Amino acid sequence: MNWLDQVIQGILLGGYYAILASGLALLFGVMRVINLAHGDLAILGAFLALVLTDHGVDVWVSLAVVLPVMAAGGGLLYLGVLERSLRSGVLVPLLSTFGLAIVIENLLFEKFGADQRSFFSSIGTLAYSSWQVTSQITIGKLDVIILCTAIGVLGGLQIFLSRTSLGRAMRATAEDPDTAELVGVNSRAVYAMATALALATAALAGVFLGMRQTFDPYAGQAQLIFAFEAVVIGGMTLWGTLVGGIVLGIAQTVGNQMVAEGWLKDVWGGAGAGHVVFLVVLAGRLIYGALEERGGVRTVLGRA
Amino acid sequence: MTLLAVEGVDARHGLLQAVRGVSLELAEGETLALVGANGAGKTTLLRTIAGAHRPSAGRVLFEGRDITSSPAHKRVRAGITLVPEGRRLFTNLTVEENLGLAARAGRGGPWTVEAVFETFPMLEPLRRRRAGRLSGGEQQATAIGRALMTNPRVLLLDEVSLGLAPVAVEGVYASLRSLIERGTTILLVEQDLGRALSVADRVACMLEGRIVLEGAAAEMTREQVVEAYFGLSRGRRNGGPA
Amino acid sequence: MSAHAEHPGLAVQRWTRTSIASTLGVGALIGLLALVPVALSASVTDRLTTLYVYVILAAMWNALAGYAGLVSVGQQAFFGLGGYFAIKLSTNGVGVYPSLVLAGLLAGAISIPISPFMLRLRGGEFAIGMWVVAEVCHLYVNGDRSLVAGATGTSFTGLNAYNTTDRRDYNYWLTLTIAVLLLGALFALLRSRLGAALQAIRDDEDAARSVGVRALWAKGVVFVLAAVGCGAAGALWLASFPTFQPASNFGVQWTAYMIFMALVGGLGTFEGPIIGAIVFFVIQDQWGDQGVWYLVGLGGAAILFALLVPRGVWGTVEERFGIRLLPVGYWLRKVTAHGRPGTEPA
Repeated sequence: MNWLDQVIQGILLGGYYAILASGLALLFGVMRVINLAHGDLAILGAFLALVLTDHGVDVWVSLAVVLPVMAAGGGLLYLGVLERSLRSGVLVPLLSTFGLAIVIENLLFEKFGADQRSFFSSIGTLAYSSWQVTSQITIGKLDVIILCTAIGVLGGLQIFLSRTSLGRAMRATAEDPDTAELVGVNSRAVYAMATALALATAALAGVFLGMRQTFDPYAGQAQLIFAFEAVVIGGMTLWGTLVGGIVLGIAQTVGNQMVAEGWLKDVWGGAGAGHVVFLVVLAGRLIYGALEERGGVRTVLGRA
Repeated sequence: MTLLAVEGVDARHGLLQAVRGVSLELAEGETLALVGANGAGKTTLLRTIAGAHRPSAGRVLFEGRDITSSPAHKRVRAGITLVPEGRRLFTNLTVEENLGLAARAGRGGPWTVEAVFETFPMLEPLRRRRAGRLSGGEQQATAIGRALMTNPRVLLLDEVSLGLAPVAVEGVYASLRSLIERGTTILLVEQDLGRALSVADRVACMLEGRIVLEGAAAEMTREQVVEAYFGLSRGRRNGGPA
Repeated sequence: MSAHAEHPGLAVQRWTRTSIASTLGVGALIGLLALVPVALSASVTDRLTTLYVYVILAAMWNALAGYAGLVSVGQQAFFGLGGYFAIKLSTNGVGVYPSLVLAGLLAGAISIPISPFMLRLRGGEFAIGMWVVAEVCHLYVNGDRSLVAGATGTSFTGLNAYNTTDRRDYNYWLTLTIAVLLLGALFALLRSRLGAALQAIRDDEDAARSVGVRALWAKGVVFVLAAVGCGAAGALWLASFPTFQPASNFGVQWTAYMIFMALVGGLGTFEGPIIGAIVFFVIQDQWGDQGVWYLVGLGGAAILFALLVPRGVWGTVEERFGIRLLPVGYWLRKVTAHGRPGTEPA
């Protein structure tokens, strides 16, 4: 088994997960919302792009339309649904995003049917072209583009939050929306902006998904748990989401390879390996936290 | 000229009626101290004026305009800023970021980050420190500085001496005095009667949601205030609004 | 049970006239429901059986999120395990109906070793962590080669020992009994010190701990009970829909339905989950055959409820009218000079 190749593929896969997860991390970090519709929103973005590509528009160009439209949709989603849900209680968004998820995927099914769709034809050779780095390692060009975009998106979000005035306002509102209002921050606008960003990144992820593999109206569901895993592994920070995505990606690709080589029962597969790594990371964090409380890892080990 | 007026405001705090039919006026350049026991309704009243709380009845007027339905951030832009009880700094932001955030309110004026550091020199070396890691006095100074960055016309202060060491309180009140000298209009809630009487032009005392005593600080004795504070003799309003 | 408070003119009581009447009413209702298979049609029996399973699921999620403050997106783990254990037991010689009962307990047993770990996780981590645990259970079950057909579906063949009518009736009674037992257990829990501890934890966990409330233990009890309940529901589901398909029985949509029922009915109330289950059941019963549009309608209903009735049906009723049918809380009663009591919820 070529470990290096698998790890590299995992890192590249992680780039995709990071983009998908970034919107989730944003919504949870800023508004404490667990958005059960996130995967479906990504697929919605993909189908929007599909409408354009079916009319001959290049998929990369379609992003120029899809991203702003989804962002605007995000603002409306906040003002129309999330705001009221949040005001009513911390758990109410679970209900409204659940409803949204079901409505989106089934309306998409109604309109587009169950056929598998993709952007392969629109991106042409990019779908399979790659660099042969060594005899055993092949790196897909599309995957690299996705990873670079992920770094760009997450880096951009990080810069936005830490260096811009609006980003500062968002961080303050995330911590204490009441006091943020009292220093002149329009918390409604901040939340709407956060939702807009979340939906735009989700749509971007959806389009990338469609470049890497086929999708159908119900594909959002499968993606959702991976996105959540990436966010939680990463500790719910922005850069953490990139790390989390990469860790998950590596776990999954290595897991898949282990199955192919017979080291792992095939039911587990890459997804299962990812789940196990997820639980191990969580357990590790708990243990680390408990040790810290007792004076730090060194102290505890010194005593033992 | 009356800058801020509160007319017949009722406000609930949860199930409790915290403010009952309160009316107050604040003239430009005046300093009004609001005193009263815990639970008298002072914080709720201040928050209602600042827009963080919806009154169930009554109006809040600023420069003669009715701002009762205006959200808090709009009031900040109009010129009313509250330093909330308990400081409420953004602990994940640095001192400088806390200050800079408030500048977004977009009001021009003398207060800038440098001006705040001049007024509170002990904050300057701390400018890049996260607000969660400051001492009580430093936090209070930052909170006041943050409010000042909005260049308010009316500054509302809720219990700025609470939980501070006496030395720190001295510092805070020294800066308050310089603010007052600059002509800032101030409404402050204060538990320490002596300080309240020493810094304010007028004093109002609240008990169980109502104003039970009001008048010029110079004409009021401690005894009168203490009586009203504890409700020993109910509701003698002395010297009313102009 | 009433305590005489020191305050003259006020008495603390648990039972009001309304709640005594309601409790007696509930008892009578259960008696009537027991007669359904004998008195009403097969179709009604079947549908009520399904409704009872929904009630169990709704009540369990409500207990977790509403009482213990644990938001889990992974209760399908126990639902699926319930079905799995039922088949395993039955194919290994245990009788069908004992299998169903044991399956629930076994699923609950699985929750015990994982609870010290899971319950120490914070909000979002716990919610997603439970989902991942569910997926792990799913994959494990997929890998069990001794299950005849694996992922494509295994039939609960043990049921064939009973004829259709008997099977329907026994399913009904067993489901009703288990539902009543579980709800009864929840009721007893709420009225006990554990119930008060949970309320304290919900209000302020640190403060509760500081007065000696064992938060982890309290949450653990609810966690295990919910696992037993969801496991029992999964097993009972199998009795009515006897093809066990891991992908379906371990699907996250089960938790989504639980969330719908608990929130639509009224989170944190006792009566809420029952109402939520009825709403969900009615929607499914009436429009379930409309395919895509049924689901769109369900989703739309979820959004509408979230926007318009955010506290749930019963939550809103309680708020508006101050009624509580079942005596789970305490009431502060003013004893006036004329001896006529007025009541206000404590």
